[in-house]
Amino acid sequence: MINKIKDPLSQHLLIFVITMFLFTILVTFLSEPYGINLISTSFVKVLGKTLCLCIAAVAMDVVWGYCGILSLGHFAFFGLGGYMIGMWLMYERTELIVLNSINEQQLPLTPSELKEAIGNQIFGVVGGKEIPNIWIFADNIYMQLLLVVLVPGLLAFIFGWLAFRSRVTGVYLSILTQAMTLALSLYLFQNDSGLRGNNGLSGLQNIPHIEGLGQPSISIWFFWFSSIALLLTLFIFKFILNSKFGSVITAVRDNETRLRFFGYNVESYKLFIFVLTAIITGLAGAIYYPQAGIINPAEIAPIASIYLAVWVAIGGRGNLYGAILGASSVSLLSSWFTGGNAPNIPLGFYTIEWVNWWTVFLGIGFVLITIFSKNGLIGFLNNIFIKIK
Amino acid sequence: MKYFFLILFTISGINPTFSDERLRSFINENSNYIIKSSSKTVDNILKKVDDFNEESVTQFLTLWKNKKLYYIKKSKNIVLAKKADDNSYKVFDIFSKPLIKKLSKKNLKKIKPNSGVRAKISSALVRFQIFSKDEEKRLNSIKALEKKILPEHLDLLRKALSLEQNIMLRDRLQNLLYLAILEFSQNKIEKIKVLDKLSGNTSIEIRAAFSKVLRTSKIMATDDLKKLKNKNVARIIIPEKTIKNKYGEAEPINILFKNKPELNILKAYEIAERSGYVNKRVSLENIKNILESNIENGKVFGVNVIELNNFSKRIDIYNKFAVENNKELYKTVSDLENDLSKFHFYTTYTEKSKKVTDKAIQILSSINLKVKFYKYLDLLIDGLSLASIYFLGAIGLAITFGVMRVINMAHGEFIMMGAYTGYIVQLYISNHTLSLIIAFPLAFLITFLAGVIMERLVIRHLYKNPLDTLLATFGISIALQQLAKNIFGTQARPLTSPQWLDGALTINDDLSISYIRIAIFILGLIFFSLLLFVMKKTRFGLETRSVTQNPAMAANMGINPEKINMLTFGFGSGIAGIAGVAIGLFSKVTSELGSEYIVQSFMTVVVGGVGSIWGTLAGASLIGFLQKIIEWFNPSNTLAAQTYMIIFIILFIQFRPRGLIALKGRAANDQ
Repeated sequence: MINKIKDPLSQHLLIFVITMFLFTILVTFLSEPYGINLISTSFVKVLGKTLCLCIAAVAMDVVWGYCGILSLGHFAFFGLGGYMIGMWLMYERTELIVLNSINEQQLPLTPSELKEAIGNQIFGVVGGKEIPNIWIFADNIYMQLLLVVLVPGLLAFIFGWLAFRSRVTGVYLSILTQAMTLALSLYLFQNDSGLRGNNGLSGLQNIPHIEGLGQPSISIWFFWFSSIALLLTLFIFKFILNSKFGSVITAVRDNETRLRFFGYNVESYKLFIFVLTAIITGLAGAIYYPQAGIINPAEIAPIASIYLAVWVAIGGRGNLYGAILGASSVSLLSSWFTGGNAPNIPLGFYTIEWVNWWTVFLGIGFVLITIFSKNGLIGFLNNIFIKIK
Repeated sequence: MKYFFLILFTISGINPTFSDERLRSFINENSNYIIKSSSKTVDNILKKVDDFNEESVTQFLTLWKNKKLYYIKKSKNIVLAKKADDNSYKVFDIFSKPLIKKLSKKNLKKIKPNSGVRAKISSALVRFQIFSKDEEKRLNSIKALEKKILPEHLDLLRKALSLEQNIMLRDRLQNLLYLAILEFSQNKIEKIKVLDKLSGNTSIEIRAAFSKVLRTSKIMATDDLKKLKNKNVARIIIPEKTIKNKYGEAEPINILFKNKPELNILKAYEIAERSGYVNKRVSLENIKNILESNIENGKVFGVNVIELNNFSKRIDIYNKFAVENNKELYKTVSDLENDLSKFHFYTTYTEKSKKVTDKAIQILSSINLKVKFYKYLDLLIDGLSLASIYFLGAIGLAITFGVMRVINMAHGEFIMMGAYTGYIVQLYISNHTLSLIIAFPLAFLITFLAGVIMERLVIRHLYKNPLDTLLATFGISIALQQLAKNIFGTQARPLTSPQWLDGALTINDDLSISYIRIAIFILGLIFFSLLLFVMKKTRFGLETRSVTQNPAMAANMGINPEKINMLTFGFGSGIAGIAGVAIGLFSKVTSELGSEYIVQSFMTVVVGGVGSIWGTLAGASLIGFLQKIIEWFNPSNTLAAQTYMIIFIILFIQFRPRGLIALKGRAANDQ
């Protein structure tokens, strides 16, 4: 059982907010469009994406670290959020392209002709041209934004309701959630899934109607979105976890059976947290993928969700800052080491190339942290902090 | 006729040169026809060559067909030529007897028969070869006929069958004759007899022949059903309402199966139009083109172009224009339906006789019933072999996860290590059978050691918290995977099965089982019994079970739980290694081999019931059969089948959270 750590760091939401604020301002100041052009647009995107992953990690921490449900399927919700916003981005942009290609010597398109032209553009790669029914709201950003919330939420609700109702817990639940994300990704890999099979949705970085702004500016805008979204997520979860409701949630983790005997409807609490975290993860995905530019079914393969859990474990379970620390450090380090920028280590008889060896060390790192530091990096830092005091 | 050939054979046997001379003079007499052959004139020659020695004629026709013949421009003599130097050719006669002459390039010309002529020559060649004394040649000509058969071969086949002595060849000739009769004979009674004889034969060629008998014409339209009295009508098609079944008959459309109608209203209208029953239809596309060609200053016929963004407006404008210019008005779908209500659409069988087609339908349906049975049998075997594959993947987990409750995410990597061991052994030992015999125990040994090391270093610290083992073993999994990638590269490595495992046990055209599938099944059975034996009948199994049920009590009894845990984990890992060698035989050996199996393996164990080896067997069978059955309904899409299978499993666990075979009593008390 993991005890909630009363550490000095987690007491200071204000410090975190100010740090985040300063960090965001700093990045903006160093960026190309709004500052002195010291960091590239692609790096701004990496930072923005990392913040979105942090949001997912925070949600994961709430559902696992606080409520004790190790979901190995939360990245499915992340991907679904991305797909939902991606549908609008792709549809709207294709519509604009189609409309612009009409010249004066042609009749304006009728609605059905427009649909056919868009369908041809989007689904040509998978050998179709009809727009599937699931794209029915794709021309309406408000509806599609609603779906960003509804689709992951509904999937989590149905899945959670079924699983919690029949008291599937622990390892079994983990394997079941893993099966869920595997089923979803396999389904999306089909060409007739209606979401372009393994091609996925692409060109998402081109935001319709504001393309003129240029990628450097758009990336800064999204960086701000991501940053604000992360803060909002923290506020929401801090509020929930610090209330009486939050105490029940941690009690579910610590002793579910006893709580049930007290007369609490444990399933409803679990379901609420499961669905809420799924929705927030979905929203994070909806901010992530316009920055990534492309989403395909491989993104929601089971391994992605396991990584999410590992980030939280490395950062420190049951501590929201730990999740942020874990997600940001591991994903940033991974992209640095596997990006080919890290200097190789010559050993004389063999040269360690980070591109090949990073994953090996990362894996060993997971093992060491699970064995030696139950509370992850944040617990480790805490210990040092306390010692210094 | 029979005797005629016998005589011919004897004559040619006695004196070949005599008939060679005759053939040569015949060829040179008719050289004009040979040089400028067309598919019309070639028949004259091909008819006459019957009189000559079969072997010489065969040789001559083969050369002609293969464009090997030349002729001398002056004399029009037909010869063979071989390049001597740049400008001159050595000349032979058609039986390769050298002629003294050397001729320059100018005086020679190649004979190039066109494809029509060549086809006729090759079918004539069959005629000579099928009566050859040489069995091999007869077999070759039968093979040629099996590929392509022409109407003129019908009589030839009858003759050949009456002469053939070899039983094997007789059978094939008989089948060929049946097919030829079904396809080309004009005799109804004979056809019906053949159909009767073929009932119960499920081979693919026979089924193809049946479908040829039941071939139907293009869709046609008529205004009066009485006109069809004398035709062998296959089906009356109702636009948007009927589909074609496999016997060429019409069936009402079934919405459940989402089948599309054979004929939609627009196609039907086109057919009626082709028959001259209705006028040409103006399509929306036509209207658009007409309107677009009349755009002037942003206006069409006085209407702003911008307003024309819907079909009804476009049609209005067009209709106005059509009335003024006396053109066809636009017709809506209900107009079309109205127009077509007077007409009937139908197709006929190309076979004229209704008796024959009825008989064919009757017999084909009985054949199809039989084929269906074989298909079910095939499905059963498919399911069984997939189940054995799942079982192999999950068998190691049945111990480490099932018995010890350790979530070993690196299980897949043990499978991978086993497969790579097999590959490495094959690098050094080229005999595939021997290398397998060595690879199995070696793979066990290596993965056993790996398992023991992993248990000692990592897992024993985490027994209290299964979810932590999940994370730690995931770390080991990605590290091992990357390590394998660094060592062996990303491309797939070959792990070749011994020759005696290649090929398949073929029962008939619909049912064949590859030997490797049989081997996997047997291996699965061996594993299962071995595991059952070890766990239930040996001291080690007893101690393992006691340690997992109650370690403290087991320790009191003098069992060392630490040692048993270590050995059990090693044993489970070793089994995974052996399974890896087997899996490597039929799938690609890559560093990602294991991760393809990990989720399914866990599901197999969970569905079957954790802690029971019988359960793993049940789980693998359930998942394997289920996936094949779902694929059966949607054969083109294995991804969808896997998706539905997983959804089924998720629902299944709702109702039986402890799996198919749940442990009872004390063994089941914790998760």
